[in-house]
Formats: sequence, C-alpha cells, structure tokens
Amino acid sequence: MARPVYESGLERAWRITYLTICGLIFFFLIAPIIVIIPLSFNATPYFTFTKEMLSLDPSGYSLRWYDNLFNSGEWTRSIQNSFFIAIVSSIIATALGTLAALGLSRREMPARALITAFLISPMIVPLIITAAALFAFYARLNLSQTYFSIIMSHVVLGAPFVVITVTAALSGFDNQLIRASQSLGANQATTFFKVILPLLTPGIVAGALFAFITSLDEVVVVLFLAGPRQVPMTVQMFGSLREEISPTILALATILVCLSILLLSFMEMMRRRTEKLRSGG
Amino acid sequence: MLRHILIGTTASLLAAGAAVAAEPLNIVSWGGAYSMSQRKAYHEPYSEKTGTEILEEDKSNQALAGIRSQVEAGNVTWDVVDMLQADAQRACDEGLLEEIPFDQLAEAPDGTSAMDDFIEGTTGDCFVPQILYATMFAYNTDAFPDGGPKTVADVWDLETYPGTRALEKIPQKNLEWALIADGVAPDEVYEVLATQEGQDQAFAKLDEIKDSIIWWDAGAQPPQMLADGEATIATAYNGRIFNAQVNEGQPFAIMWDGQMFEVDGWVVPVDTGQFDQIMDYLKFATDTQRLADQAKWISYAPARSSSVELVGNLWKEEGGEAVETDIDMKPHMPTAPENFQNAIQFDTDFWADYGDALEERFNAWLNS
Amino acid sequence: MTDAAAVPGAVAAQDPSGPLTTADGKPLKQALRKANAKARRNALLLVLPLFAFLLITYTIPIVQMMTRSVSNPEVAEYLPNTAAAIADWDGSDLPSEDVYAAMVADLNAGGRSTIGRVAARLNAELAGVRSTMMGAMRDSDEFQAPYKDALLADDDDWADPRLWKLIQRESRTLTPAYYLRALDYEYDENGDIVRRPEYLQVYTQTFWQTAWMSGLITIITILLGYPVAHLLATLPPARANLLMILVLLPFWTSLLVRTSAWIVLLQQEGVINDVLVLLHIVDEDGRIRMIYNRIGTIVAMTHILLPFMILPLYSVMKTIPPSLTRAARSMGATPLRAHLTVYMPLTVPGLAAGVLLVFILAIGYYITPALVGGESGIFISNLIADRMTGSLAQLRLALALATILLVGVLVLYWLFNKLVGVDRLKFG
Repeated sequence: MARPVYESGLERAWRITYLTICGLIFFFLIAPIIVIIPLSFNATPYFTFTKEMLSLDPSGYSLRWYDNLFNSGEWTRSIQNSFFIAIVSSIIATALGTLAALGLSRREMPARALITAFLISPMIVPLIITAAALFAFYARLNLSQTYFSIIMSHVVLGAPFVVITVTAALSGFDNQLIRASQSLGANQATTFFKVILPLLTPGIVAGALFAFITSLDEVVVVLFLAGPRQVPMTVQMFGSLREEISPTILALATILVCLSILLLSFMEMMRRRTEKLRSGG
Repeated sequence: MLRHILIGTTASLLAAGAAVAAEPLNIVSWGGAYSMSQRKAYHEPYSEKTGTEILEEDKSNQALAGIRSQVEAGNVTWDVVDMLQADAQRACDEGLLEEIPFDQLAEAPDGTSAMDDFIEGTTGDCFVPQILYATMFAYNTDAFPDGGPKTVADVWDLETYPGTRALEKIPQKNLEWALIADGVAPDEVYEVLATQEGQDQAFAKLDEIKDSIIWWDAGAQPPQMLADGEATIATAYNGRIFNAQVNEGQPFAIMWDGQMFEVDGWVVPVDTGQFDQIMDYLKFATDTQRLADQAKWISYAPARSSSVELVGNLWKEEGGEAVETDIDMKPHMPTAPENFQNAIQFDTDFWADYGDALEERFNAWLNS
Repeated sequence: MTDAAAVPGAVAAQDPSGPLTTADGKPLKQALRKANAKARRNALLLVLPLFAFLLITYTIPIVQMMTRSVSNPEVAEYLPNTAAAIADWDGSDLPSEDVYAAMVADLNAGGRSTIGRVAARLNAELAGVRSTMMGAMRDSDEFQAPYKDALLADDDDWADPRLWKLIQRESRTLTPAYYLRALDYEYDENGDIVRRPEYLQVYTQTFWQTAWMSGLITIITILLGYPVAHLLATLPPARANLLMILVLLPFWTSLLVRTSAWIVLLQQEGVINDVLVLLHIVDEDGRIRMIYNRIGTIVAMTHILLPFMILPLYSVMKTIPPSLTRAARSMGATPLRAHLTVYMPLTVPGLAAGVLLVFILAIGYYITPALVGGESGIFISNLIADRMTGSLAQLRLALALATILLVGVLVLYWLFNKLVGVDRLKFG
C-alpha cells in the first residue's frame, strides 16, 4: 500500500481502457446486425449507404425490397415452407427431448454421461456430414424431397437443444417439492402435471424455441434434401447470396432480426417468471 | 439456386376439365435469364397447350451428381435436365440417361428429319441439343477508357489491362485459354493439353494471374461482378452478357477472340416412369419454332438449321406483358459470321477422358 | 429379476436374525434393488424414444455413409470374367490371351451402362481408359480370336500394362484408395503406396488449414470473450442482463443473416470500405479486399462463434465470489497478480468449455466459408461438399474425407466430455 494515489490513478486508467475495450467488443457483436436494418430500406439495389440515405433524404429510402419480398411467390412460399417445417419439427423435438431429459435426470439412470453425449452429438457433428448421410439415407428410402425427410432431419438437429435446456431446468429442481406433493397425497400424474411441469415449462419453452430457430435457420441439410416444393427461405437466401445478391435478402434479414428480438424478450420474460416462482416470491 | 415456379397452375385449372390430368414435369435448368428464356419459349406454351404443370429447379450446375444419386437411389424426381454436352456424354456412358429416339422428335417444316435438322456434331445418344453458345471474355468498358483487351493474350496482360479477372471455377476452357495466351496455336490446344508438359504449361500460365482472379460458379455471377466493379474482365456465357448489355444497359463489351463453343441441351434420366410424356414435351420444346422462339429472349443460337432463319427481334417482358423490341437478334448470335472468326470448338471427347484428372489437379491448384 | 422376487420371503422366514425386511416381509436390500431396477427401467424408457429415433434416422445413415467410402464394386461386378482371369497374372509383360478373351466376353455381356460405370471408375485412376473401353465395347461384337490381337488392333492402349495392373488392383470390392487420396497418397504403377505429386496435394493441407484457422478463431474469441464475460459477471445483475442481450441477440440471429451482414460490411463496395474512402484512409482505387479470402472467413466466423465462448465463461465467472480477489489484494497482491493467480485459475473450467466448443464447431463449418471464404479461406467441409457433386470417384473421396473429419470431431468431443462434461453445456 505504498503508493495508493499512483495506483488508483493507474487503476482508473485501466478501468477506462477496459470498459472501452468491452464497449468495442459489444459494438463488434451488435453493429453488423444493426447495419443491415437501414440498408434494407435502400432505394437503390446496392448494399451501400447512398448520399441520400446519409443525409436522411426520404427519397433515399423505400420499401421496394419489402414489397419485392412479399409479392414474390418464390419468397413467400419459401417463408411458409420454413415456418411449417420449423413448427412441426420443433414440436416433435420438444416432446422427444423433454422425455429424454426427464429420464436422464433420474438418479437411477444408467450410463448417463454416455447416453447424454450420444443424444447431444447431432449438435457437434459437422452439418455437411449429417446432410450427406441423411440425403443418401432418405434417397434410398424414396423419401428425399419430401417434407417428411426434412422434418425428421430437423428433429434430429433440434432435439439436443431441448435435452440441454430441460436438463438444465431439472438440475435446478428441488426434489423436496416432489416429496412434499406426494406426502400430501398426490399421485404421480398429479405431481407431474401440477408440480413438475409448471416449474419445467420455462426450460421446455426455451428448448422448443431453440429447436424452432435451429430448424428455421438450417441451411445445409435442406440444401441436400429439399425439392422444388419444399424450398425453405434459407435455401432461397443461400442461392441469392451466391448468385444474384439483391437487397431483398436484407429485408428478410431485418424481419428475422426482429423475430430474434421478439423471441429473446419472450425468453427473458420466462426467465424472470421462473426466478420468482423458484424463490417463492 | 433453387427456384420453383408453378407456371401451369392457372392453365391446368382451365384445362383440367378437358385434358387428362397429366403428372407435373420437373425440369432442371441453370436459372436466371436462361431459365426465363426457356420458360417463355417452351414451358409456358406447353403448359397452356396441355395443362401440364411444370416445376423448375435451378440445379444444372450439379446435374451429373444429382442424376447419379437419384438413379442410384432408385428415386428419380427430375424428368428433364438441361445439361452440357460433355456432362451428358459422361452420364450417358454411366447408364444414367435414357437414349433418345430422335425419330419421335418433330421434323423441320420442310420435312427434314430431326436428326438431320440438328447442326452436325451437336446431338448425342442421350442428348437433344437446344442451343449453341459461346463462353468468351467480356469486360466493363468503363474500366478501360483507352480500349479494352482484344486477344486472349491481353487478358494475361495485367499492366495494360489492370483489374481482377472473373473466371469460371472449372478447368475446362480456362486451361485452353491459358495455352492460347502462352502462344499455343488454337488448333493444337487439345494435343498439347493431353501431355504432362502441356498441363504443366497451362497451370504455370494460370499461376501468372492467379492472384488477380476471382472465381464464379453460376452463370448469373460474371455480369454481376462486372457491374459491381468486383472484376474488370470476366469470362461469361454470351447470352448473359447480351442480357446485361441490352436489358440492363450495362457498359459491357464482348471480346470476340478465342471464344469457345459448346452445345447445351436436354437429357432424360432413366426410370422417370413417364418417358412418353417427357418425349411429348421434348417433341414440342425442340421443334423448329420453339428453338427459334428461345432466341427472342436470349442471344443463344438455335441448334436446328431450320430455326436459324426464323430468329427475329428481341422480346422483353414489361408489366407482365411480352413486348417485341426493335433489336434484331441475328447479329448477336454467337454463330453470326462476324463473331465466328476466331472461335474454337470445345472438345467434349477430350474432357470426357481427361476431365477427372484435370479437375483434380485444378481443384488442388485452386486451394494451394 | 424374477427369481430375486420369488426367494426373499422364504429366506426371511428361516432366519429371523437376517437382514431387515419391509412391512410385507421382503428383505429391504432386495426390495430396494427391485425398486431400483424398476426406476432404472423407467428412466431408460423415458430416454428410449429419442434414443431409438436418433439411432435409426441419424446413426445408421452415418454408418452407411462411412461404409460407402471403401466400396469398390465396379470391376468385380461388371467385368467378372476379367477379374477372375487376371487374378493369377504375375504383373510382368502383358496378360495372357485368356485375360483378353475374358475382357471381350465381359464387354460383350455388359450393356452400355455397366461398362460405362466401370470405365468411369478406371478413368478416374488413369485418364483415357474411358474412351479405350467404350470404343472396344462398341466394336466388341466384331472381335474374333485371338482376342489379344483384336483388342490391340482396336486401340493400342490395350497394350499398356498400367491398364491391366489397374484392373487387377481394382478387382477388390473394398479399397482403401479413397482414404489414401484423402491423405494425399496413391498407388503407383506397381501397386505401392506413394505420396502424390506435390501439385495434387490438397487435402492434408486443407485439413491443416481448417485446424489452424479454427485455432486462430478460437484464440480471437478468447481474447474478445474473456473481458466481456468478466464484465458481465461482475456488473450488478440488472445491468449485466441488459448487456447480455447484446451477446444473446447475435446468438439468436440467423447464421445466414449474420453472414450477409458481413458481406455488406466487408465487400469492396461495402460499408467499411466506403467509410475508409470517406475518411481518406484509402482512395477509391485502393479499396481493400477483406472478403472472399481468409480474412472474410476469420472475421465472420469469429463473430458467429463468439457467444459460444462468452456464455460458458460467464456461467463459471458468475460463481466466483469477488471476495476472493479482494482477499488476495488485501494480503498485498497487486491487482494484476491477484487476477492472474487467484481469479484466472478459477475460470479454467469455463475457458476449457468455451475453447473446445468453439473449436469443435469451427472445424465443421461449411456455410460461412462457402459464402465469404473465396478460394483461400475454405475449410475441409467445403472440399467435401464440392467433391460430393462430382464423379462417383470424387463422391467416394468426399465420403472418405468426411469420415476422417468425423473421427477428428468425435475425438475432440470425447475430450470435451472427459474434461468438461456435456451436462455443463448451457445456453441463454
């Protein structure tokens, strides 16, 4: 403690540097996502800010790319396809994943680590490998280019997220609540639906949302599996990014960012609610 | 990449009462302006006539692999595929394609059989030709105010003609041009390229400009790259450049030197289960008038001799209506005499034999 | 289990001083064991649906795919007589008349498609075989004995011992050839395994590039993620939660959206170059190429993978009581020393989780390098995808490459389980 004044000065300088660095990193994280939003209102078909845009001249802005997006049969159909596939596959993934997580969190579960590792492996295995394997598999069964094969593949990819989030929710679970419920005369079913499920709901919902967004966002498997009738928006976007880059992509991207914000806020709300429930408030 | 247009929907509703409901046809092609020209000239009229629904997929750049995996899997979903002649030969040899009964295709108006009407050397056992096209160098005139490159060798001259070159990400044609730029006579190119030394020479020549190359893999990209300034010189299919020049008013010029001719056409995978219906489509889509009609929309030369004189003015789509312009398409055909002088015939047989080996070396070279 | 249930009553009756029993007279130990077995069964039953589902629609397809990477049926299946006749050839000079006669018989028996397939297979190893073989097939019904002379007259490539050695070698129905290629080795004319010529060596190099670029991306995510995670863990919860959104939003945003965003920013006519030109840092002709090369891949992937580093670090840092570093400092440690010796070692589990997670995810990336990596910034997945659309030989090579990549990823995943444990994975 010999040079407190000098040290605190240094510390302060360090603190400011540190905060600045963190600020820049946050900027790096968020700026790319923000920058596409104004560009999606660009009146010209380029990916840059025009002079009119920078001077906030209204003529520099237009809704033409949104118009393009919603009035093109290709885009709207692909968006519908994506949502259909994502909704169905996330429901199945949530059911299978929740059951598995309930099993895995039982104390008596044998070979838990090994089985968990297996159930989560689709998250880890490179997508190109999964895609190639599934394509050959479904082609042999005469099922490639069907909604069925795409949905089944997305269940494979989405279920691990459900397993993880529900397991996490269960690990914070107070087993005394079950005993309390049973000692009060509730049978297993009542205990499950009245006590366990409400406390697990946030974990399940989070898992379902992850599975949903995983499916909505998935490109590689659908590149291989989708036929002309199932083309989802990611394949449409991928093609467009590779070939004819048009700001229509940015319009869709902006909508997807808004969707992410919505989902994120929803998750945050759920989290706060559980915290209250858990703390008995 | 993938596109689906349910062209026939309304037509099929109208025709549903009259015609026997036909299975939809899955047609695979290249996308962009090229698919549009096929839609206008072949698909839409055919749907209107028969009520058949036509589904389009833009997957011709992986046609060979796609057909193979479908045939091997016993699950063929593609009915008609637009393919290059060389790839069609490969696929045909592998037994992936139906042999085409040319006597079932439409005769020319003067009664010449289809087989004789198609320009010599364009047909294959499993391949119905549609168009002849050229791949050649084009450049953005804004980039070269003092005049652009005139010969293949100029493309290698980075000092006089600075800027990035956009080339297609395949060994075909690039290796030929590299040899020509290195002084090999155009008619000896394939002989040289069959030798180890010739291959070394071609790759060494490509090495000279490797750092100034960006690669494209879809026909729609090079005009885009020229327009964006990503490249100053690009190899491209002549129809794409024409489309950008005329329909988008881009300041592009075509360098008619060392352009390579290829044939593009239709193939039918085996085991589609609807071969008769497909032949009915092909008979319609490759008759004299239809092939001439395609040249209304894009500047590729029809593969039938009898279609050549029917080539007229360019058509455009305006507000959903097809409108005839006053641009005569004949001088824009890659086969027009003034464009044809320094043309080179692409050697399909050479590439069927050496494609595997050179593709491998090319890919290794690309990634090194 | 059934006999365990049957015996206990009797045992308990005979020996009153024996083990504790339950109310209905069963020994407690066995009743417990029984209950335990039932509970295990129940637990397994809950896991079963997903387990079985993955086994059928995921594991089996992958195993099937791996077996195809060694399959080599063409010569044995489509040239059966030749394959049998050539088995005894000692490899010197040219094969005997029997072999040539067998070849003619096979060419006659096979249709265009079967001969076409075997020709394509052999052509992949030796350029030119295709036209030799297809030419002979077309003429095959005119050949007369002696067949050796007939074939040599048809095409002098039939006198090339390399062709016959190739046929002899490839008559095996399983081959390691594609794995050799995947590691840049090949068979030479004598059937020995040799390194491929340098201009064809690309796969080992791409594997290395995949590894070092993933490593570099991992290091950058540590450098960027560590301070941010630390800040989030030490801020008061309300503010931390707010800032957390900045981490979670990218995490929840579509991969393609983020990749398009980087194209918008990095391309030569893009936002960053525009700003640089505006600030006169570079001039109009000097726009920097930051995309379609390694820089593009590294920047975009760092951005995409950064949350996977921040989140595990954060969840570990949150559990470290701030009093620990305060204690160290009160005992005279400088802030830096307190941080290095007390705080940092405690964050190692989070760091290990983040590093392995980011690295494992990075080496399998395909979409982002494909869109922003150009030629130089690609990963092994891109080569796999590329080869998959080529000839049959290229397809099998792609499957061999995929298998090698898969083994690599599974080893890392095993390491992750051992060091970190999958149950530590958490999101959000």
